[in-house]
Order: sequence, then structure tokens, then C-alpha cells
Amino acid sequence: MSTSTKTIQDLTEQEYKYGFVTDIEAETIPRGLNEEIIHLISEKKHEPEFMLEWRLKAYRHWLTMKEPTWHNVHYPPIDYQAIFYYSAPKMKKAPKSLEEVDPELLKTYEKLGIPLAEQKLLAGVAVDAVFDSVSVATTFKEKLAELGIIFCSFSEAVLNHPELVRKYLGSVVPYSDNFFATLNSAVFSDGSFAYIPKGVRCPMELSTYFRINAAETGQFERTLIIAEEGASVSYLEGCTAPIRDTNQLHAAVVELVALNNATIKYSTVQNWYPGDREGKGGIYNFVTKRGRCLGVNSKISWTQVETGSAITWKYPSCILQGDNSVGEFYSVAVTNNYQQADTGTKMIHIGKNTRSTIVTKGISAGHGQNTYRGLVKILKGAANARNYSQCDSLLIGDKCGAHTFPYIEVKNSTSRLEHEASTSKIGEDQIFYCRQRGISTEDAVNLIVNGFCKEVFRELPMEFAVEAQKLLGVSLEGSVG
Amino acid sequence: MLEIKNLRAKVGDREILKGISLTVKTGEVHAIMGPNGSGKSTLAQVLAGRDTYEVTGGEATYQGKDLLEMAPEERARQGLFMAFQYPVEIPGVSTMYLLRAGLNAARKQQGLEELDAMDFLSLVKEQAKLVEMDESLMNRSVNEGFSGGEKKRNEIFQMAVLQPKLAILDETDSGLDIDALRIVANGVNRLRGPDRAIIVVTHYQRLLNYIVPDRVHVLYEGRIVKSGGKELALELEDKGYSWIEEKLARA
Ligand SMILES: Nc1ncnc2c1ncn2[C@@H]1O[C@H](COP(=O)(O)OP(=O)(O)OP(=O)(O)O)[C@@H](O)[C@H]1O
Ligand SMILES: [Mg+2]
Repeated sequence: MSTSTKTIQDLTEQEYKYGFVTDIEAETIPRGLNEEIIHLISEKKHEPEFMLEWRLKAYRHWLTMKEPTWHNVHYPPIDYQAIFYYSAPKMKKAPKSLEEVDPELLKTYEKLGIPLAEQKLLAGVAVDAVFDSVSVATTFKEKLAELGIIFCSFSEAVLNHPELVRKYLGSVVPYSDNFFATLNSAVFSDGSFAYIPKGVRCPMELSTYFRINAAETGQFERTLIIAEEGASVSYLEGCTAPIRDTNQLHAAVVELVALNNATIKYSTVQNWYPGDREGKGGIYNFVTKRGRCLGVNSKISWTQVETGSAITWKYPSCILQGDNSVGEFYSVAVTNNYQQADTGTKMIHIGKNTRSTIVTKGISAGHGQNTYRGLVKILKGAANARNYSQCDSLLIGDKCGAHTFPYIEVKNSTSRLEHEASTSKIGEDQIFYCRQRGISTEDAVNLIVNGFCKEVFRELPMEFAVEAQKLLGVSLEGSVG
Repeated sequence: MLEIKNLRAKVGDREILKGISLTVKTGEVHAIMGPNGSGKSTLAQVLAGRDTYEVTGGEATYQGKDLLEMAPEERARQGLFMAFQYPVEIPGVSTMYLLRAGLNAARKQQGLEELDAMDFLSLVKEQAKLVEMDESLMNRSVNEGFSGGEKKRNEIFQMAVLQPKLAILDETDSGLDIDALRIVANGVNRLRGPDRAIIVVTHYQRLLNYIVPDRVHVLYEGRIVKSGGKELALELEDKGYSWIEEKLARA
């Protein structure tokens, strides 16, 4: 007992590796939220009139909304007037190239393992880096432009491609969608934008890295990805935040649009600061992600590995509108210590022969609470729709919890749905068996957890999968006593 | 190789091992027999380091080191292997993966280079052939959905790959058909050698026809009450444990 308890103590005391703060002068606007603030944000970004109007419409709608309470997460009330809605690292002018980016910022990303200098970048990944409220650098822009691919910050897209933004913004997640998405619509500051033209297969992974730095600041980014007819793209999203003992709000929106025969693969490794062992601090992650398979034979695939945040509230969903379109959701969600996750997906089958697959792996350790919440909806016109769902939970220790809420609504009798669910526990006998073969307790837990998550990791791009495995190991350190 | 002196262990308030002394020298094979519930598995697990059992007295020295001070994985890396009486299932982890992690952990400790995937595969294939284990089994999750006999064979296969210095087999012969019994026995005999030692826990003399032990011990209510040569096993088979019980009662 003594030896294993000791290593476990050592491990739990290991800190969140990305918890440092960058000392950089920031430009913020006054705390709180009102129409003036929204004007100010829009002004700072030199937005066209239509954007400001959209924001104001959202804000006015938000005032009529109530924060949802149906979820299985608990937190003290959020004071929306205490938050700073905009923070940007001070730059004399918008950087035109990487050379003009503040070296402090470049160093930050270097420390996070995301080198922005293009020559150092892993070939095949273009990165957009978002720091607090603004995008600080987008790499490989020119190379992508040769193919007609637009990959830039959302702010730039608003200025340079207003027609595309106007056409698709809110087309998947309307400004009135839900409390957090509506708040985002009113105050979102930046995010990434990608447009893949007709018939183009994006030759490299597109990636956005989100970083919250400033204290008491909310991060509200917005991502919009459009794949035109026959286009395909794989997009990766990563995120971290400093250790702070107050909770910080992150309310993002992601919209994906896939036209005829287009494919979008969206992968997330979410590692926001989860709070300390007593549950103090951490990010409140309230995110709305949705994709619309607008065209026939289109496909949208979500893969997420959620290891961070004090609270995770997100349901990446697919609206399967085009005939024969395909939606997929692969998820690993980990809750350790006092983390809470309420996550899942919605698959809305509208078109004929639409198919969806849901594979979720919830891992709870410590006092963590992990909820899967999913909806499969087959509408009247969705003849021959198919869904396969598999929801597995793994418990480590006996103070944590796993909950599953699968909802099904079927309005077409030709559809076929399959649902499987399981709950298992890492047993002391399994750990001992591994140790008897020479494997340490931590490695044994990793082995078992990775085995449990295999089907999801398989869906991640190679390098991300390795990263995800490591991350899982770190977030579960000390979970077995 | 292994020297146990007056070892005592308990679970909760219940004392299960009540002072066990046993010396196993390199090159030797010892058999431990005894009625159900006498403490055979407890002894094996205490030697392997399971912390369910609290050691309350005595000592155990393994290769000159204090065994009881070592973590279970440490014991394993230093060559102690236990074949479980009831091997556990580990969903999602293949036997191959488990073995590779275990083997490399031991090699790392010994300052050896980790085996790469190719070398490991050829080692594993060779051993699988020797214990006549179907290759599909080792690519499946550890023991998941294995038959009773397959689980036991999987233990012997792992032993063959890990090549332990001291192997403790806890009723690996139970529930095996005749062919499997022969395979298990061959696996053990192949491991037998001047620098290794083996302890087999068994209820059946028939295993000892294949694996001829140097010493046989009878464990009874947490104590070794009788030790002898291989003929002791025959005597037990013949007279049963009541014979020992009576002798103890008379003493
Ligand atoms: N974890 C435990 N908790 C409570 N009692 C235990 C535990 N492990 C063993 N025992 C008890 O200790 C005694 C010895 O058990 P052990 O498994 O060592 O017997 P054994 O000699 O291996 O028997 P068998 O021949 O049936 O395998 C039994 O009475 C058993 O119930
Ligand atoms: Mg036993």
C-alpha cells in the first residue's frame, strides 16, 4: 500500500502544465455587458454594419432568455456583468506577418508546444492562434490561398469576405439558438474561418489553438467552416488556459456547412484548466457546435477528447439534411477531481438514407461526474435512416458518477436504430494483474483507459491521437489509490 | 532464491497465514498442496505483493533482497511471476500489449534496450507455438471471453514470454483437459533450469507425474504441516488430508 499511495501523491501534486500566465500588455474594455459594450467591440473590429446589427439582435434576444438548468452540472450563478468581454494583446497595428507578432506571444505558443514560425511547423498543419479575444497569427495562409482555400481569423473574414460570412453566419446555429450561443452571437470577438472551394481537398490539417490568458475575461470565439461541393477538410482544435482560482467562462460557437459530396472532419482536444484538486477555479465551457450536412452524400464527423474544464457542456451535432448524408460523433470525456461534464450529441435525420454513428466513452475518477446526453431524431421524410449508438462509461474509484440520457424520437418507421451501453469499473484486481506483469499503477490505468478509448482515438489524426493519449494520462494521474 | 521465515498475514481481523517457513533454492521445483481454504493462494499473492493481505510478521528474502519491501511491479521486473488461480479479464487491452509493456518495463530496469515491435513479435510467436496457443487469443483483450482452460494457458504463455526467475503457479492445472495439462507441464519443464525456481500449487498428483517436484509441502490452516519428497504427493492422493488431520490431532 505504502509505495503505491506515495507515487499517487507525487503525481496528483503535479500541476497543470499549461497553467502559466503570459505577461503582456492587454487592451480591455470596461467590465460588464450592455449595448454600448457591443458597439465598442464591433467598433474595435471595424465591422460592417450588418455585423453590428446581428450582434445587437442577439443581445436583445439574450435579455429575454434564461440560463438553462436541465443539465446535470452544478455551479454558482455566473455574474454576467462582472466579466470582461474583450481583451486583446496590445499591438501597435495588426500584424501583417509573423515577424510583426509580439515575441512574448510567439514564446507563449512555443511553450504550449505550438510553434507558429512556419519553418518549424509540422508540415501539413496550418495553425490559427487565438489569444484571449483575438487571432494573433495564421500560418500557411498564402500556400492555401493558391488553392482558393480561405483560412483566416473570423475578424478578417468579416472584413475581407463579408458575402460568405453574411450567407452562412447563423445558418447552422441561429443567433437565437440557446442562452450561451446567443450570448456568443452578441459578444464574440474572434475565432477561425475556413472556406474550401468546390472540388478542393484541403492538403493539410487546419488547426486553431485557443488560449485564454487575461483574468476575469470570457472567451467567446466563433468558428465557421464551409466545404463547397466535393470539397474536404480536416480541422483540429486545441485549447488551454492559465491556472486561476476563479472560474472563467468560455462560450464558443462552431458552425460547419457541408454541401453536396463534401466532407468535414472536426477534431477537438479540449484541455482548458480543470480547476484544482479541491474543485477551485477552472473554465466553465459552454459550447454550441453544430454541423449541417446540406448537400447529398455529405459527411460531417466530430471527434472530441474532453479532458479539461471544470464544467463541460457541449453537444456537437449534425443536421443530416441532404439525402445519403452521414453524421458521426466520437467522444472521450474525462472527469477527475471535481470536474463535471454533460456532453453528447444530436443527430437530426431529415434526408433519406441518412446515417449516423455515435460512439462515446465517459471516464470518471475522483469526485468527477460524467453525463452522456444524446438525441437521435428521425423525421418523417427520413426514409431508411440508420443510427448506431454506443455509450460506454468507465469508473475509477467509488466517489465518481456516470449518467446516461439517450433520447430517441422516431417519426419514420423504415428507420433502424441500435443502441448499446455499458458501465465498467477499473478493478483493483485488474491493476494488480498488470503490476504482477511488471507494469506500474499509472501505466496500468493508462493501458486500461487507452484500451477503453481505442475506438475514438482511432478517429483522430495521428499526431493528435498521441497527444490525446498523453493528455488522458495526465488528467487521470493519481486517480487510483 | 526464496527464503520465507515464519510469515504471517491477515485479511481484516482474520489471520490466514500463521507462520510459514519455506526455502526454495535455485534449480528446484516445489509443490504446495493442501485442502481448500488452507491459504495456498494467499501465500502466492502475498509473495506477489497483493496489498489486500497485511503481512503481520516474519520475513521473505528473494535473491538476497527483502521481498516484502518491494512493490508488486518491482518484484515482477526482478523475475517473480505468478500465474493466477483466477486470471482477471481486462477489456480493451490485448495480451500482446500487456506483455510488451511488462517486458519492456523489466528490460528498462535492467538497463536493456526496449524490444521493438518486430523483435517482440517474433519472440511472442515463438513462445506461442511452444505453448500451442492460438495467435488470435493473444490479440484479443486479456482473458476477455476466454474459456477456463484458455485463461490458464494464457498464463503459461505469459510466463514463457517473460522467462521469470521464480514462477509461482496457482492451480494452473485446474480445469484443464489432458492435452492442455501436458502443454502446461511442458511449459513449466522448459522453464526449469539451474538458475530458476518454480513453485506449483496444485490439488492433483497427476500434474506431478509430468512436473516431478523436488519437494512437496502440505499447507493446512495457514501452516506447512508436512514436507517431503515427491512420494508425499502420492501418499496424499492415496490417503487424503484427513490422514494429516488425524496425525495433527494426535500430536
Ligand atoms: N480477500 C479476502 N478476504 C477475506 N477472506 C479471504 C480473502 N482471501 C482469502 N480469504 C480466506 O482465506 C482463506 C484461505 O484462502 P486461499 O484462497 O488462500 O485458500 P486456498 O488454499 O488457495 O484454497 P483453494 O484450494 O480453494 O484455492 C479462505 O478461508 C478464504 O476465504
Ligand atoms: Mg487457491
